Amino acid sequence: MADKRSKHKSKYTLDRGIPGAFEGETVTRRRFMTASAHTAGAIAASSFALPALAFAFGPIFKSSPHRWETVGPESMFSENNYTPVVITLQPGIGEAGKSTAYIRQFNPSIDTDPYDRGTPYIAISSRCAHLGCPVRWVDAAERFICPCHGGVYDLLGRRVGGPPVRPLDRFYTRVIGEDVQVGPRFSVNSELRRFSPRDPGEPLDGIGQYLYPSRPGAQKL
Amino acid sequence: MPKLPKLPAPPLPGPMQNPPPRPGDGNGPMTPLEGAAQAGITVIDWVDERTSLSGAARWMMFRKVPKGTNWFYTLGSATMFAFLNQAVTGVFLAMYYRPDASGGAYESIRYVTNDVFLGQFVRGMHKWGSSVMVILVFLHMGRTFFFGAYKYPRELNWVIGVVLLILTMVMSFTGYLLPFDQRAYWATIVGVNINGTGPLIGPYLSDFLRGGSEFGATTLSRFYAIHMLLIPGALATLIGAHLYLVAKLGTTAPPWQKAQTRAELREAEV
Repeated sequence: MADKRSKHKSKYTLDRGIPGAFEGETVTRRRFMTASAHTAGAIAASSFALPALAFAFGPIFKSSPHRWETVGPESMFSENNYTPVVITLQPGIGEAGKSTAYIRQFNPSIDTDPYDRGTPYIAISSRCAHLGCPVRWVDAAERFICPCHGGVYDLLGRRVGGPPVRPLDRFYTRVIGEDVQVGPRFSVNSELRRFSPRDPGEPLDGIGQYLYPSRPGAQKL
Repeated sequence: MPKLPKLPAPPLPGPMQNPPPRPGDGNGPMTPLEGAAQAGITVIDWVDERTSLSGAARWMMFRKVPKGTNWFYTLGSATMFAFLNQAVTGVFLAMYYRPDASGGAYESIRYVTNDVFLGQFVRGMHKWGSSVMVILVFLHMGRTFFFGAYKYPRELNWVIGVVLLILTMVMSFTGYLLPFDQRAYWATIVGVNINGTGPLIGPYLSDFLRGGSEFGATTLSRFYAIHMLLIPGALATLIGAHLYLVAKLGTTAPPWQKAQTRAELREAEV
């Protein structure tokens, strides 16, 4: 038997001692046949498997366009208390796509953080930053309180108690004519610096913004 | 690898060992009962002659079990029975359910519960059956662990069992959303967000489950397809593999059962 483990194995089957070899052959007919059958099978399987996989994973990368929604006239909102409004996060699925936002006029004496500039109204999301339950603004305590696991936020939406890992998300706001409009969502860290929207439970301080990257589907801000 | 002794073929129980008396062999004319039995035997023989399934059935059913086998060993079959209950009641619920996030889902479940004959019963069987299955799965897993039945050569069976446990949990999670009431919706929001707290890949996992960065129109359909098609198929396949391995490898005796070794193999006491 020829030494099959020789270091410089010839590429010609004739030299490798394979029976049925002819002069100048590098790939035997059997190998060629097997390889083509496997390739054809792989192409056939991919033709239904790859589209199906793309279909399953596609929604991760799809982003919906930015939407601005009118929530009420300027007269409806005050400077030092929150007014709840219902906004549509996801159109087309009825009540399941709606959420609550708490709107307050921008107050320079309250909103003093250096990063907190630019929006004429402060719109705070009711989505708790712990695991997503809807928080409620309690006027008597001047706090947002989450019923699920006891998260508590102050007037600016910053966490003052319980398991949440960052302040409440906010929405961009603008005024068109007489109406206040609510726009895309953004997340904030404990210094109220803005980030692309993140899911609840993902901290944004320090290493958090790298450990929990903004996903392709969420709007980059 | 020494050649292991071959066990004898699975025995038949007593009443089945002798060929049954043929009708008309001097027993008098065939009674209607004998006639019905003969008809059934003919059908089974017809199938068996073309498939050899009776050999497989005998291999599965008339296995030898070790001394000391007790009621704990029924937990696995009980789990499978609970799964079959879920599958059957699930099929009938699926005839009425509509995976429509804008209200149709809730309405279809309300219709099943209030207006369909025995709808409340079937829905209840499915809902409570899922809790029963989870409890039995854990009891079965505990029994297997404490009896040491995961050791060689049954390690693969244990691994398949763990995968079955995970698939059962996924079924519970995806099925919980389907009634689409307040509890279902918020429990799913919280559950998907818990997934998101895993570092680095957590956010992508959440997006995959939800079908996007927000709970959307496709989320309910996604959960329904996973609950109805993907996981039951995987569960059925793996349960088949799990049962095959149990029959092939046999069950172990409980840990308190001492092996009865042959006298000549025991070392002499000094």
